[in-house]
Parts: sequence; C-alpha cells; structure tokens
Amino acid sequence: MLSALEWLGSTPWSVALLESIWVWPLVESTHVLSLGLFVGTTMMMDVRLLGLAYQRIPASDFTTRMLPWTRAGFVVMVVTGLLLFYSNPVRYYQNVFFRLKVLVLILAGLNAWLFHFRVHRRVGQWDRDPLPPRAARVAAAVSIIAWTSVVIAGRLIAYNWFDCDIQPQPDFINWAASCVVPSE
Amino acid sequence: MLLPFFEWCEATVLGTAIRDSIWAFPIIESIHLVGLCLLGGALLIVDLRLLGVGLRSQSISELVEQARPWMVAAIAVLVSTGLLLFLSEAVKCYYNTSFWVKMSTLPVALLFTFALRNRMAAEPSLETSARSRLLGAGSILLWLTVAAAGRWIGFSA
Repeated sequence: MLSALEWLGSTPWSVALLESIWVWPLVESTHVLSLGLFVGTTMMMDVRLLGLAYQRIPASDFTTRMLPWTRAGFVVMVVTGLLLFYSNPVRYYQNVFFRLKVLVLILAGLNAWLFHFRVHRRVGQWDRDPLPPRAARVAAAVSIIAWTSVVIAGRLIAYNWFDCDIQPQPDFINWAASCVVPSE
Repeated sequence: MLLPFFEWCEATVLGTAIRDSIWAFPIIESIHLVGLCLLGGALLIVDLRLLGVGLRSQSISELVEQARPWMVAAIAVLVSTGLLLFLSEAVKCYYNTSFWVKMSTLPVALLFTFALRNRMAAEPSLETSARSRLLGAGSILLWLTVAAAGRWIGFSA
C-alpha cells in the first residue's frame, strides 16, 4: 500500500498539484465551501427528521427536491477531496485524522444507506408528521454527529502534531498511523 | 491608526490564552466550520427556492420564516468563534488582505440578508420572479465571497 502511494505521490501531476501556488488552494477552498451545500443541506434535512424544524414541510420534500442539491455538493466534495489526497497521498494515508475521517465517512454512508432503504421506504406513512418515527430520528441524529465529526477531523488533518516524520510519537499513534519507525 | 487596537486585541487574556494553547485554535476553527455548514444550509434552502428550484412546493415566505432561527443560530456561532480566532492573531489579520475583503463584505452580506432578502421574502405575495432570483443570487454571491475570503486568510499568510 505504502509503496503504491509513494509512487502515486511521485507522479508529475501529483507533484505539480502540491506545489502549485493557485490550484491547490483553489481546490482546497472549493472543498471547504462545498461543505455549506453538502453538509448544510444534509443538516437541514436532519433537523426536519428530528422534528426540530420545518414541521409544516413534508419530509419527502427534503428527500426528493433537496436531495439532488445535496448530491451535487457531495460530488464536488468527493472530486476535490480525491484531488487533495492525490496531491500528497503518503501524508494523508499516514495521518490519524484522515484515517478517523475515512472511518466516520463509512459510518455516515452506512447510516444514509440504512435510512434510505429501510426507514424512507415507508415515508408515505409519516411524511407530514411533525415528529417523524423513532428510526428516522435516530438516523438523523447519527447523521448530524457523523458529518460534524467528519468536518472536524477533516479540519484537523492540516495539523502535523501526529505526523510520522515527527518522532518520538506514542506507540498508539505510530500504530494508528502505520508509521514506519526505524528501530534504534 | 487601527494597528494599536489590533495589537491590544492580540494582547487580551483570551487572545493570549488561545495563542498559547496547541488545541484551542484548531478546535475553535473546527466549530467555526461547523457553523459555516449550518449557515450554508439555512441560507441555501431559501436561496434555492428564491431561484425557483429546491423546495418549490413551499411558499418563499414559509421557508424564510422556518429557516430564520437556524440562520441566526449559525451566525451567532460563526461570529463568536470568529471573534476568538481573530483575537488570537489580530496583528496577522491587520496585514492580511483577505481579512479586510472578508470584513468589508460581511456587513454588506448581513445588511443584504436582514434588511433586504428576509424582509422581501417574508412578503406572502413574493413568487418566483426576476426579483426573487436576484435576491437568491445576490445572497449566494455575497456569502460565497465572505466564506472564500475567510478561507483565504489562512493561505495568504
């Protein structure tokens, strides 16, 4: 894995992206600003599902009319996120916050999948309820917590406190980041 | 003329404490970003509708009314965390062009949102029209500028 990523990071486009004065910050800014679209509209749907807001709006309005916009935001986040990863693969691969972010991303994805294929299939039964059923509320709460954690972990990737090239690190960190530490 | 004030800000107890802590700035910065998510959502739900897309089966005035508390809460989170971030590096901000771009567009965006957009959109008679589209597009553009300039503060060190 590590050697494949080392190769990826040495490709000319990866090096050019990382060293570019304008492109990298523009890609990163697009990644951050798209949060408002993707996580923002997700959170608005979640507070509706929790029964905290928009009670007079049918839940399915959010899952049909807003979802294309949420999806569009997600696509931008993934594309820009992959580009950022491509610019410095080894560093991100060995970053504990990046790893945490990917784990929580998988959790958020599973939660969205469960909601969509289990809870939302019967949306007709509770579409106009100010307070949706428990299963929908649980999915919404998990969604808010998961996406908030993804945002925070994502922001913390920028800090190098636990990077492998800064040693000594606690054993746990070296294990969690798969650091290759030369033995003394 | 303003520099002494910025120096004073940076020397405050809060500013010093945040600067001296390893974790404080990153954590406050992260909460600032979560606030950005919330504001983005609360704004876009109305702005998209003003543009004639998104939650089209709802009236504009209904959406504005329901989104308002979330918008206000998000702005409260952003302003309070933003102030703390500012205090910790006020002098850096003073010499930072992006900071001044952000600080000059922010009042415009706030004024536009509260004095114009929210008021006009609260009129039950407002339907999707050239006027509503202008409000929606203006809101998105202004807030995008604020957010982009904010992100750029960190790049133009």
